[in-house]
Amino acid sequence: MFSNFDFDVIARSLPYLFYDGMTFTLTLTVLATAGGIVFGTLLALMRLSGFTLLALPAAAYVNLMRSVPLVLMIFWFYFLVPYIGQWMTGAERPIQVGSFMSSLVTFTLFEAAYFCEIMRAGIQSISRGQVAAAQALGMSYPQTMGYIVLPQAFRNMLSVLLTQTIILFQDTSLVYVLSITDFLGAASKIAQRDGRLVEMYLFAAVVYFVISLAASQGVRVLGRCTAIIR
Amino acid sequence: MKLAGPAVIAIREVSKWYGPFQVLNRCSTDVAKGEVVVVCGPSGSGKSTLIKCVNGLESFSEGTITVDGVLVGDAKTDLPKLRARIGMVFQHFELFPHLTVMRNLVLAQIKVLGRSPEQAHEKGMALLDRVGLHEHAHKFPGELSGGQQQRVAIARALAMDPIAMLFDEPTSALDPEMIKEVLDVMVALARDGMTMIVVTHEMGFARQVARRVVFMDKGEIVEDAPTAEFFGSPRSERAQVFLSKILQN
Repeated sequence: MFSNFDFDVIARSLPYLFYDGMTFTLTLTVLATAGGIVFGTLLALMRLSGFTLLALPAAAYVNLMRSVPLVLMIFWFYFLVPYIGQWMTGAERPIQVGSFMSSLVTFTLFEAAYFCEIMRAGIQSISRGQVAAAQALGMSYPQTMGYIVLPQAFRNMLSVLLTQTIILFQDTSLVYVLSITDFLGAASKIAQRDGRLVEMYLFAAVVYFVISLAASQGVRVLGRCTAIIR
Repeated sequence: MKLAGPAVIAIREVSKWYGPFQVLNRCSTDVAKGEVVVVCGPSGSGKSTLIKCVNGLESFSEGTITVDGVLVGDAKTDLPKLRARIGMVFQHFELFPHLTVMRNLVLAQIKVLGRSPEQAHEKGMALLDRVGLHEHAHKFPGELSGGQQQRVAIARALAMDPIAMLFDEPTSALDPEMIKEVLDVMVALARDGMTMIVVTHEMGFARQVARRVVFMDKGEIVEDAPTAEFFGSPRSERAQVFLSKILQN
């Protein structure tokens, strides 16, 4: 049944697929993960702070982000961010942010909500006795968090955080709504141009599968290596 | 009762409620410099809560506690700064499991007291020597036995050069064969003149080093007497019942 297929199209388009497409996909994944973890950890600290003024907005943010479809978020932000930029800087025209910045902002804000919940669980997994011990040594709140609680929470949650990153890696393909050339976008463009839809989409699926599977195996190994000795 | 010297820790009429439940009821006592005071009593009597009030790990509703003249409950008090001067040892050790023994000993010295890493390391090594764990400096807490972990925890508290030490049931989570190694360290510490409040059921330790025994029940200090007097002729019926139970085994 594959006799009519032209798998040569894949070989011909490899540089474009990986150099243009995959680079974008991986850059977006890495940067959005880094930003999401930082912002998500701050949100988690706010939710756990015990101050309603901090906890409530953080909880509202997380619940809002988790209730809206990602595609819609990408779409909205692409049109909204220029106007928010205009409003914030007081410029005369909407700020041109470009599709990469727009999608990076979207994914960072969206993932922060998920990373917040992961970090919240991680922080709550650290016993109160650890906090008491740090406080008894005279450590301030930032020191207690920075040296004692967060490093342990982070290690306890490392495999969950990385699994979320793998999901993010797959989700970045949704930027197709902005006609961005990510890996799937690149494959899609070749497919349309050469009329080789089945070959290209099959190849794209295999690549996503292989990378995700390899990454999740890597996460399992890493989880065993970084576990805290108890 | 009369003190041997000026009070390092003064607890005055301290009360605490959890909702309608009163955990501490007008507790008052003093601890003089160099004095060792053992706090005992049935579980749930508020012993741990009381000593956690001393370094502000627990808040209290009424009364005052002063440590070296500084009011603990006062909003203006720099609590982290005060805590850095009071050592505390916990029932479950609470070493930081993601750091090596040496990092456990130097972290607060460097970050809280601002000592240089070399200074802190030297101090840490000296204290590990003192508790007999010199060769375990680069291990993680999880690789040590319970008794060894508690000795590291004592060394960690001592590294801050505290003016007083609080022990919250330091041997309760230990296997019987490890209790002695921890008590030996504490006895040596008491002999060196450290001011100590020790919550414990180890009556042998109390007899050996305590100058006074404070007996608590239902959030109240029922008896506060010199050690010999407490064991020889406890005045209250509750202390008599408690002693008869605990000394049976």
